[in-house]
Amino acid sequence: MRFSIYRYDPDTDSSPYMKDYDLDIGSKDMMLLDALIMIKARDDTLSLRRSCREGVCGSDAMNINGKNGLACITPLSSLKEPVELRPLPGLPVIRDLIVDMEPFFRQYHSIRPYLVNNDPPPETERLQSPEERAVLDGLYECILCACCTTACPSFWWNPEKFVGPAGLLQAWRFIADSRDQATSQRLDDLEDPYRLFRCHSIMNCVDACPKGLNPTAAIGEIKRMMVRRTV
Amino acid sequence: MERRKFDVAIIGAGGAGMRAALQLSSGGYNVAVLSKVFPTRSHTVAAQGGITAALGNVTEDNWLWHMYDTVKGSDYLGDQDAIEYLCRMGPQAVYEMEHFGLPFSRLENGKIYQRPFGGQSRNFGGEQATRTCAAADRTGHAMLHTLYQRNIQAKTHFFVEYMAIDLVRDGEGRVLGVVAFDMEKGEPLLIEARATLLATGGAGRIFQASTNAFINTGDGLGMASRSGIPLEDMEFWQFHPTGVQGAGVLISEGVRGEGGYLVNGNGERFMERYAPHAKDLAGRDVVARAIALEIHEGRGCGEARDHVLLKLDHIGREKIMARLPGIREISINFAHVDPLEAPIPVVPTVHYMMGGIPAHYRGQVVVPARTGPEEAVQGLYAIGECACVSVHGANRLGGNSLLDLLVFGRAAADHIVEFLKENPASPPIPADGTDLARSRLARWERRQGSERVADIYRDMQRIMQAHCGVFRKAEVLEQGLVKLEEVRRRLDDAAISDHSKVYNTARIEALELENLMEVAFATIRSALARRESRGAHARDDYPERNDKSWLKHTLVHRDGTIDYKPVRLKPLTVPSFPPKTRSY
Ligand SMILES: Cc1cc2nc3c(=O)[nH]c(=O)nc-3n(C[C@H](O)[C@H](O)[C@H](O)COP(=O)(O)OP(=O)(O)OC[C@H]3O[C@@H](n4cnc5c(N)ncnc54)[C@H](O)[C@@H]3O)c2cc1C
Ligand code: SF4
Ligand code: SF4
Ligand code: FES
Repeated sequence: MRFSIYRYDPDTDSSPYMKDYDLDIGSKDMMLLDALIMIKARDDTLSLRRSCREGVCGSDAMNINGKNGLACITPLSSLKEPVELRPLPGLPVIRDLIVDMEPFFRQYHSIRPYLVNNDPPPETERLQSPEERAVLDGLYECILCACCTTACPSFWWNPEKFVGPAGLLQAWRFIADSRDQATSQRLDDLEDPYRLFRCHSIMNCVDACPKGLNPTAAIGEIKRMMVRRTV
Repeated sequence: MERRKFDVAIIGAGGAGMRAALQLSSGGYNVAVLSKVFPTRSHTVAAQGGITAALGNVTEDNWLWHMYDTVKGSDYLGDQDAIEYLCRMGPQAVYEMEHFGLPFSRLENGKIYQRPFGGQSRNFGGEQATRTCAAADRTGHAMLHTLYQRNIQAKTHFFVEYMAIDLVRDGEGRVLGVVAFDMEKGEPLLIEARATLLATGGAGRIFQASTNAFINTGDGLGMASRSGIPLEDMEFWQFHPTGVQGAGVLISEGVRGEGGYLVNGNGERFMERYAPHAKDLAGRDVVARAIALEIHEGRGCGEARDHVLLKLDHIGREKIMARLPGIREISINFAHVDPLEAPIPVVPTVHYMMGGIPAHYRGQVVVPARTGPEEAVQGLYAIGECACVSVHGANRLGGNSLLDLLVFGRAAADHIVEFLKENPASPPIPADGTDLARSRLARWERRQGSERVADIYRDMQRIMQAHCGVFRKAEVLEQGLVKLEEVRRRLDDAAISDHSKVYNTARIEALELENLMEVAFATIRSALARRESRGAHARDDYPERNDKSWLKHTLVHRDGTIDYKPVRLKPLTVPSFPPKTRSY
């Protein structure tokens, strides 16, 4: 199977280039990450991030045949040849498939991603009904892989100002939590022409999320809530 | 070398490191947390089934029952002072996490959801207990993200993608900090700290098939070992009964907790024979051995009869979708079966390191002393999977590791606060303090060498898998040790082709392999020395537990010498649970 991989080492290369690797993978289906590790065993200069190899840590997001995804849960059988691998778009490349995630995390941090509850904590747990808890399903599972945000044109143009789908999904995760008391501050903070309203519901993010989450729906909920509080 | 100064350096941003960091940062201390990966990518994220604590939300419970189960589960090798502390503090540790925002699943009455797990009983060995608190089957993810979020709020200083290389110690043995390097830029950095906490997680990558992540390479154990600290109970590795065959990815014990069970090639529910009372929810060592025996005796499933099946379709779509959605995802991705319809092919797979860096229940690292039983290493702490406290003894109970991270994360932080108050000044770094780290880094600058890191890595894993598996015996272990020595000689002759400064992953993997090698040697040597079967350590040539000779902890040094120390049978405040026959 042929792989065409984006290579760039700022230490030695004047500009990025694509390098081809041929791999005999036999008849067994395997994940793209397995193939990359086989390639790396031959050419140890190929650089990528990886850890859990089961789609839960968010390390190995990359652009696979033009679409963002996690190498570790992408079966080779689902890919057309040659498999073209590039770093996530819209973020500065550090080396090969490794991008600088700083702009992405900065936006995540900007939404104050932690539960705010100023009541003195009870001796045991705070109560939450199964229905209240069910609202968090599809929100809390985000693995911060950045597949969505780096597929979003609004983020490409305004990475400093637009929170992006991953950050907004988490903003909604806290607004939606029955235990959180900071809803109005959270909404104030997003009431801004850029932070929230740069989203034009293009839905690239939904398509890109390897965990099947739906940032567009969460963004819609936040927008609806803003409208509701102005009337 | 660039220097930075902090009150405390924490190496590792998994559940353990971040719980400790939160306690210290919230207390106003200046804390540096180093991690090879962005914090939420640490392997705690993969924990599925839950965290065990006697909340009693579903069935009546008592922390003493939890303590009894843990002591029994450890096959009496666990230290009972530490186990008492773990179980007594358990509920508080879980409630704290709930207050921090962890999105636990809930019961109808709004309390935290709990599920049954293996080795749990009520009333000291009676009916099955329901003690493991869960956020669906993504408890580790929920916990790790919550801890990261709280640390953001507390303004903890993270050094993301910094790899710690070696500890800095002075002539008196005090630990004064750590040398790390910036993975992105390739530059070394000296972090001076009055206290250093190791929380580097597991080392399951010494084996070929493992539920562990690529980053679980035992770096903390390597660092401790190179600085002269022996490693404790390294023969005890937990084989999880249900890793996906071929892929090694974990299928949580929560599946059996929710009513799933194992069947062999004859369609028989074989655990009834091995553990008539607890069946599929017996201790993990017991279930793993039962599966290995079924397969060994020709009663496996599939054409090659090389696995067994985990059946759960009978528990129903609704329960699977609500309680085990992640398991379904993993099963579809890695076993190509949808558990709503078909059973999952599983085999025992290396999962957890019960041994580690010797520490007491308040987190300080302890070593054998010239006089008296042991003494603390000044300025050094270890918690989480890299530490051996020892609460898990010879076999860990499911759900007890996440608890261990929280309880000892906080306990170590509290002890560090006392230590910092007593030691306001930081001793000077000796001139040769960073030599060890420098020479390790320089070694991989070398361009000549006929061996490749990837080959040596793979061969080490194969040796450990073949020679130190579920069942062990002297000849096989001895051969393994000889082969491992050959492989280590090859490592001396290895070179990498990547010599870039920028994000050099080849160098990172080489440094990790050196650490794995330390762990592999410690494991096989300790396994060879222990001539009895206890918990996860099963010797064909010594099939019985032998309390008269072996109720003691192994301490293996880097040069291969082995010491032992007694098990602490005396709890802190309650009566001891004396060793007795262990059956489920
Ligand atoms: C698949 C799976 C499922 C599990 N499920 C459960 C469960 O349901 N319940 C339960 O109780 N237990 C479970 N366990 C066990 C438990 O999850 C782990 O034991 C625990 O999470 C380990 O946490 P830790 O904080 O010690 O280490 P980790 O979470 O592994 O973190 C280690 C940290 O150290 C850092 N690090 C390592 N080396 C270096 C270095 N050289 N320099 C800088 N940083 C370094 C890493 O970057 C990382 O941040 C499971 C384990 C696995 C593998
Ligand atoms: S829906 Fe909004 S956030 Fe998602 S890709 Fe489109 S613009 Fe970006
Ligand atoms: S929402 Fe999905 S794609 Fe976006 S960061 Fe989270 S897991 Fe990744
Ligand atoms: S390696 Fe963790 S998500 Fe792929």
